[in-house]
Formats: sequence, C-alpha cells, structure tokens
Amino acid sequence: MLADQDRIFTNLYGMADCGLAGARARGHWDGTAGIIAKGREWIVAQIKESGLRGRGGAGFPTGLKWSFMPRASDGRPHYLVVNADESEPGTCKDREIMRHEPHALIEGCLVASFAMGANACYIYIRGEYVRERELLQAAIDEAYEAGLIGSNAANSGWDFDLYLHHGAGAYICGEETALLESLEGKKGMPRMKPPFPAGAGLYGCPTTVNNVESIAVAPTILRRGASWFAGFGRPNNQGTKVFAISGHVNNPCVVEESMSIPMRELIDRHCGGVRGGWDNLKAVIPGGASVPCLPKALCDEAVMDFDWLSQHKSGLGTAAVIVMDRSTDVVKAIWRLSKFYKHESCGQCTPCREGTGWMMRVMERLVEGNAHPGEIDMLFDISKQVEGHTICALGDAAAWPIQGLIRHFREELEDRISARRRPESALAAE
Amino acid sequence: MTELRKVVIDDLEIEVEPEFTLLQACEQAGVEIPRFCYHERLSIAGNCRMCLVEVVGGPPKPTASCAFQVKDLRPGRDGSPPRVSTNSPMVRKAREGVMEFLLINHPLDCPICDQGGECDLQDQAMAYGVDFSRYREPKRAVEDLDLGPLVETHMTRCISCTRCVRFTTEVAGVEQMGQTGRGEDAEITSYLNSTLDSNLQGNIIDLCPVGALTSKPYAFTARPWELRKTETIDAMDALGSNIRVDAKGSSIMRILPRNHDGVNEEWISDKTRFVWDGLRSRRLDRPYVRKGGKLQAATWDDALGAAAKALARGNSAAAIAGDLAPVEAMYALKRLMEGCGGKVECRVDGARLPAGNRSAYVGNARIEDVGRAGRIVLVGCNPRVEAPVFNARIRAAWLAGAEIVAVGQTADLTYECRHAGTGRDSLTALAQETFERPDADRTMVVVGQGALRGADGEAVLSLAMRIAGQGLGMLVLHSAASRVGGMDIGFNCDGGIDAALEGADTVYNLGADELDIPEGPFVIYQGSHGDRGAKRADVILPGAAYTEEHGTFVNTEGRPQLAAQAAFPPGESKSNWAIVRALSSAMGNPLPFNTIGQLQREIAEHHPVVASLDEIADCEWRPLPEGKLLKGEFPPIIENFYQTNPIARASAIMAELAASSDRPKQVAAE
Repeated sequence: MLADQDRIFTNLYGMADCGLAGARARGHWDGTAGIIAKGREWIVAQIKESGLRGRGGAGFPTGLKWSFMPRASDGRPHYLVVNADESEPGTCKDREIMRHEPHALIEGCLVASFAMGANACYIYIRGEYVRERELLQAAIDEAYEAGLIGSNAANSGWDFDLYLHHGAGAYICGEETALLESLEGKKGMPRMKPPFPAGAGLYGCPTTVNNVESIAVAPTILRRGASWFAGFGRPNNQGTKVFAISGHVNNPCVVEESMSIPMRELIDRHCGGVRGGWDNLKAVIPGGASVPCLPKALCDEAVMDFDWLSQHKSGLGTAAVIVMDRSTDVVKAIWRLSKFYKHESCGQCTPCREGTGWMMRVMERLVEGNAHPGEIDMLFDISKQVEGHTICALGDAAAWPIQGLIRHFREELEDRISARRRPESALAAE
Repeated sequence: MTELRKVVIDDLEIEVEPEFTLLQACEQAGVEIPRFCYHERLSIAGNCRMCLVEVVGGPPKPTASCAFQVKDLRPGRDGSPPRVSTNSPMVRKAREGVMEFLLINHPLDCPICDQGGECDLQDQAMAYGVDFSRYREPKRAVEDLDLGPLVETHMTRCISCTRCVRFTTEVAGVEQMGQTGRGEDAEITSYLNSTLDSNLQGNIIDLCPVGALTSKPYAFTARPWELRKTETIDAMDALGSNIRVDAKGSSIMRILPRNHDGVNEEWISDKTRFVWDGLRSRRLDRPYVRKGGKLQAATWDDALGAAAKALARGNSAAAIAGDLAPVEAMYALKRLMEGCGGKVECRVDGARLPAGNRSAYVGNARIEDVGRAGRIVLVGCNPRVEAPVFNARIRAAWLAGAEIVAVGQTADLTYECRHAGTGRDSLTALAQETFERPDADRTMVVVGQGALRGADGEAVLSLAMRIAGQGLGMLVLHSAASRVGGMDIGFNCDGGIDAALEGADTVYNLGADELDIPEGPFVIYQGSHGDRGAKRADVILPGAAYTEEHGTFVNTEGRPQLAAQAAFPPGESKSNWAIVRALSSAMGNPLPFNTIGQLQREIAEHHPVVASLDEIADCEWRPLPEGKLLKGEFPPIIENFYQTNPIARASAIMAELAASSDRPKQVAAE
C-alpha cells in the first residue's frame, strides 16, 4: 500500500483547503522557478527517467511524447493542450484532481509547457463538468493574481498563459485530434494521423495533448526525483496512479495507489471488498468502459498495470475499475456499453459508423437470447472488422468490451440462446 | 525537386516523390486501390476506409493509403526500402469488412437506380464483396433532400463519403451542404433545407460514387451501356470544356465532363451539362423562305436559290458570325463573301478586339497560369457567370493565398475579392498601384468583354497589357466559343460590327441571335434554332448545332480543340460548312473543297494557329499603343447565365433555372 508521504494528491477528497494557500501548504508551487531554471532538456529527461506513462488510457511514455516537440520554433507557436474531457464511463479521477488539487494541474501545465516551448496552454474540460470548471477557473484566476502564471510566471522568466475551454459534452472530443478540432471551433471529428499533433496540431502548430493526471503529477516528480517515482510498480509500469473504483463494492472510491497493485488488494483495502464477498465477484472491467472485462478467475491474480492487463487481453485504460458481482446481467451490461459507443460514434468513417449500430443491435438480441448460436462468432467477427480499421480508437473501444464478453462469457450467451430456442422448437410451427 | 524515395509495393520496387500518398505510389506501381471518398481534386477525408493497405513492419493494423505519405514510411531495419502490401490477408480482410459495412445499410435497389452500371459501389462490391448478407437488423432509411431542379437525391443510398460536401465547399464555394448528426444517424444534408446556389452543382452527380445524387433531368431515361459516347468540346462558354456527349439513337441524353488539366480539370458548368434538352426543341429542321411577309417551308433548292439571288443581286453584303459557329463554317463563309465582295465580322458584341494582334485579343497567359499567380486582377468581368469553371480555378488560387482584385460590377464570386471600383478611373489608379508593387511580377490580368465594348476598348486593353506586361501575363476572357477562332481566321473588318452592317443590303447571319439587324437589308439566317435571328430572316438555312458536326473551336486562351459529331442534325438540317459550300455552288462559283478534311487542310495552310490541335501557339507580345480612356463604368455582359444562347433559350431546364435565379432569394424564414 502506498504510504501517505508518497501520495502526490494529498487532498484528493477535498478535506483540506483547495485554494492556493492550501496547495502551497501541501508542497505545490514549491520552487517552481528552480525547476524551470534547470531547463527543458532536464525536465524531459527526468520525466523519461521516471517511467511515467500517459494516464489517459493508451499509456504512451509521457517523456517521449514531450521530446517529439520541435526543439526550436520554426515561427509557429507551440501549444500544450490538456485533455480534461474525462468522458469514459466509469472514469472520474481527473475530476477529483481538478476540483480538489487544481494547483497541481496548473503548476504541471506551466512546467510541461515550458518543457515543450509552449507559451500557451489550453485545458479542454468536459461539458458536464460545470462545477469543476468553475473551481478550476477560480484556481487559474488565483494563480494569475499570485503571479504564478501570466508573464514571467512564478518568477521563472517564462511567459505563460492558461486558458480553460469548456466542451459541449461529446465523448469523441476526448480523442486528442477531435479535441483539437473542437477547440478550433469545428465539429469534433478525429483527424487522421500522420501528421501527428507534435508536427501539426492545434491551428496547425506543434501541439502536445496530455491527460490531466499526466500533467498534474509532473511537478511532484520533478521535485522528488525521477527515481522516487520510478520506485513504485513493476518495471515499465512505474509510478503512482489514481484509481477510480465503482460498481458492486462496499465503498466505491477514487484513490491514489502504487502501480502494479494486485486488483484484489485494491478492492479489499480501499473499497471494503466486493459486495457479498470476493467469491460473489463475477467480472471486472479494469480500465474504463473501453477495455475488455476480466472474469473472476483472472481477477484473482490480476495486477493493475499496463503490461499485465494487456497480456491478458484487457488494458489498464484510465484505471477506472468497474466491479460487477454475481447479480449482474453481464450481457446486458456490455450491451449498455455498446449502446453508448453507438451513440457517441462521430459518424465519420465507415466501420465505426456502421459497425457500432450493428454490434449494438446484435447485442440487444443476445440479451434476450433472440439469436442464432452462429451469431456469436459473427459478432466477434464484426468487432474484429471494426477494430483497427477506423481513424481513431473509438472503433477499438466499441469492439473490445464485446470481444471480452465473448471470450469469457460465451457459455452464458449460448445458454440464453438455447433457453429461448427450446420452447420455440417445441411449438414446431412453420 | 526533392529526392525520390524507394518503396516496394507488392514486391515491385519503384521510386516516387516523397510527397506522394501511398495510394498514388500504388497507382504508379500499377496497383489499383479501391476508394470511395478519395478524389484527386478534393481534399483528403480518409473516411471510407476502403483504401486500407498494410505497411509491412509498421503498425499492426492497416493504413489508409489515401492519406499516408511515402515520406512518413520508415525503412526496414537493415536499411531496405519500406514495403507496402496491397493484397495481404490483413488487407483483404479489411476491405471485405469495410465493403460489408457499406452494404448493410445500402438499399438493394440497383435495378431502379440510375447509377447502375457506372456505380463505384456496385463495381467494388463485385471485386471485394461477398455474395450474401449477414445483416439481420432493420436497414436505415434517410429522408431525401430537395437540392433544386438539377440534382436528385436518394439519401438512403448515401455512404457518407462527403465528396459532395467537399466539392461544394472547396471548389464551388458554397456552404450549403454538410454532414449533420452523429454515428449512424449522420446524414449529408443541405443545412436549412436550402437548394444549391451554384452553377457548378451538377458536378456532385459525377462525384457521388453511389446513386445518392443523380441527375434529375436524366432520371430513368437511359442506362449507361445503351449510350453512344462521343468525346467532344463544349460551346456554352469560351472555355472549351472537354465533354463527353452520350446519345441514345438520335437523342442526346446527357453531357458529362472529360478531364483536361489545362482547361476544365474535370468540372463543367450546369449550363454545359444540362443544356441538352435545348438541342431537341425549337429546332430549325427544314429551310424556309419568306413569301408575302411570311416564312414558308421550302426545299433546299428554293432556299439556296433565294439566298444566292440575294447575294448576287446586292451591291454590298455582310456576313456576321454568332457565338456558336465553328471555325470551319466561318472560314467557308469568309471565302464565300470574298467571292461576292462582302464584309465579314464576328465581334457581334462590339468588343474592340484588335484584329491581327493575337497577343491582344487572346492574351499571353494560359488558364493554368491562374494557379501560379499571387495576384489576379479582374477587369470588367464576372467569371462566375462568364466561365464558371474558370472561376473555380481563381477560387483555388485564392484558397492557395492569391489576392484577387476586381474592377467592374460587384458580384459574389465565391471568394474574397478587393473591389477596386467600377469604371475606367479605378483601372487607371489600380494600374498605377500595380506598377509600384514589389509583387507586380506575380500579377495576372483577366480582361472581360465588358471592359472592351466601349469606344475606348482598345485603350482599356492597352492599359491592361501594360499591367500584365510586368507580370504573369494577360488572359482575355471571352464569352463566346466562336470568337477567338473567328479572330484567328480574320473573320472581321475595319470598324467592327457597325461598319459591317452599315449600308449592307444583304446580311448573312451565321447564328448571331443576340444581334438586332436593322430594317432594310435582306437577311439570310443560318442556324440551328428558331430564335431571334430566325424571326428577322428572309431565308432560313437550317444548320447543325455544336454536337452535331465536326468543327474546331478555339478557346479563350487560344487553344484550338476539335468538336466531334455526337448525333445527326435533325430533319433536313445540315453541317454549317456544307451549307455554305452548297450555296457557293448555287451561286455558280463553288468553293474548292468537297469534304471537311479538304476544308481543314486549307484552313491549316492559311491559319496554322488554329490547326495545331490542343496546342496554344506562341504569339509575339505586341502591346497596343496607349489611348485615352473615356469615363464610365464597365457594364456586366451577361444578364442571365442560363439564357445566353439559342440552345440554352430553347431548353426547359435552363428556363426553370433562369426563372429561379431571377426570383429573389427567400430569406431564411423564422
């Protein structure tokens, strides 16, 4: 278990002062100018060394991403864009950071922007986060007043402006290029890559898009040292991580823990265990709605990090753990996710536009068992036809939960079909 | 030029430019990549996902070849060139999957779909699809749109490739189409249910890879395999757009564009595309002679006899060539008039085009040069109605950063344009400004006929030539398909149209319907339609229209192109040159050519500039002497785009379009 002194977000629950004074008391904004004085290369090298992997879901090494930004500007400005469009069902970790530790994020924006040569940073916040936006905006205003951001931010000599942009509530706008389109005032439809945002992003300028948590942990890493951060978790999965556990546990919560913590320990220690005991567990979606679920057998030994979960055909995603006990109709649960993805598909490219609706409708029939046994394989095949063939990852996200369901709960699907077919065959009409 | 890159496509190693997309590289290697949304002349959308290929050693998923550039490929570990596979199992699986997705919500109505037989979806389903459907759910239905009288919609068939949206916003410059809704509810719509306000809208019919957008006038009249296709040249404006005329029996069913990078790219205007119904109505299909004040049907012998008598009797004759006359007919007529001492004239609109100076009546710039210009000066022209396809090129130049300046009437040209004034004084000021600009060498001048119709036309042209002389050159934008050809063969006389008609006691009117011939002279009218010219005629000799005879048209940049015969002239009407030849026989002095080949050889001998087909002859840059400009504005020359010539005036479709464009636009109610 992560010791209290190793927590980055010590006010994750908002029990203490969320304002600047409180943040300072917790160690934020301490020696920011000194960090910046060490230079861009040092910061990027430290982040690389810390082993921090992107906290938005894909787990791309953050330091490496920062190093893709051009060293010198070719005349175009550089931008940092913080993806605060936390819309993945089950995920609510960035929300706690933004409303209770806003200064960690703001300081991170300054440090990261400096490391990428950006004088301006945009935070794109989810449309439904109205109160969070107000609190974050208040914190930004506070930071401006205290001279921590603005010209000569925090006496570092670096000019830095931070803008908070409120989205309109579309899931797809959490995809980095769709987010950029939306930020530019267009319809939020993903762009094709390449060009990657580091080459041509916001307004065609070099841009890095990072998750809130990735940015918010950066100042503490730089203060306490890369090796401190790298000391948690297994190799290639280092650091601390904010987990959000929801569903059939006794105390759903958001908690910062060490990476590679066993799933059972995470649930038992922080959430008071699964409702009705560990043996009442049916399945867990370990990383937000888009990753395949794991059955109890795998949950017994599951380790919450990128590599273990992807080896077992799931993923850490945003570390939003959705726990389902034996009372759950898991088929219906996955159908609900399919419905979500069908609703949120932007409609730009063919496989996702046509495939999400098709998959949802087949799932709808499977919930009732109103299908032919062969349609299970067909559904799996359709999901494979969507996966990897789309412009952005929404197609993959729509396909994976279904693949997980078929992989682990095939018998349940077959039972439902045969249960429904049996009385029908007795009628033997037609 | 940058260094070429090596890339291996299905075991074939080729070298291509690094900016090429994988799709272009594959085409260069001779591998065809299926596609729906990709189009060479539109921006890349990458949304159909049909063109997926595998980058060997690259990401574990296929790549959209339409958007991925060769320069972004990584070489192999051992330095070997990157490999792209277009028929690996991964690619085949991906294409099959995309095809299945496209078909699940596509209606199975090919038998009643006008696109049948020339449908990309049909063709590619044959190549990449499977012969059964696994889709058991209800199919999606979409409400159709009303885009106006030209484009019919069947939106249930739409596969959301967005080509139409990209064409209308990028090329045509109207922002009425777009995609609304999300996911499977995404629909291509005209925002606010408006009809399309563009005279290039017909092109979206060609662009649509399925039968969602079809031609309303052509609907359900023919199947593509029944049509006889003739590649020819358009005469509706002076651009000389390359077209293909599709005929069923003797009827022309539709007109489509052909690609010509230097002229029309692959677009045509709606007048070019939909004028064909005008070729069927109000035709002059037999000769007439006026007897007792009334036109009465006659035989060819009677009509030619009456015409010959009038020409022989008269002391002074004049021949006027209208906007649609091919070079051959004009040349034959000129020879005929030489024989009887008459004058000839083709500048019926009174434009002061200087005879004999090709650099002044054509200019020295090409249509293509628009793309290189940094600054385009429009003098007395409205290219949006005078040559819509050319206007799209100017818009493309504007999108690429060129500045557009206009002197003349204000109009919505679909791009931002600095309006420097309406008349001659503004042109003088603009000329002064241009001389002092550092970028004068990237300036191109486009002079319209509106600027040249005044008495000071030559002075205006002289000033335009001086502006252009330092820059990329000048293009005289003609509005008549026949004009440059007529000037090239010297179908003109000193003093222009007024001098030609003055004192003439016999006027030979070769399709000049826009001209008012005063009372008095005996008029021989030769043309295809019973329009204004026929009413004033004493003898009518029925001739072929531009789709019904072989003939040369020289376009506004001086490019001679050969129009081919796509259908036979109706009834007793005949090729225009042959009528003149027959008349010369009737006059007892036959012209020395019996076939069009002999005639064309003779023209080539005397006027080589019109004989080198599809080549623009170099001409010496001979600036006109400076003249004194008068006062006043440059008038617009086209009152209604859809009613500029006898064929268009006979067309019901054009009449409908003209009526709707005359109506005041309904302002987005409530």
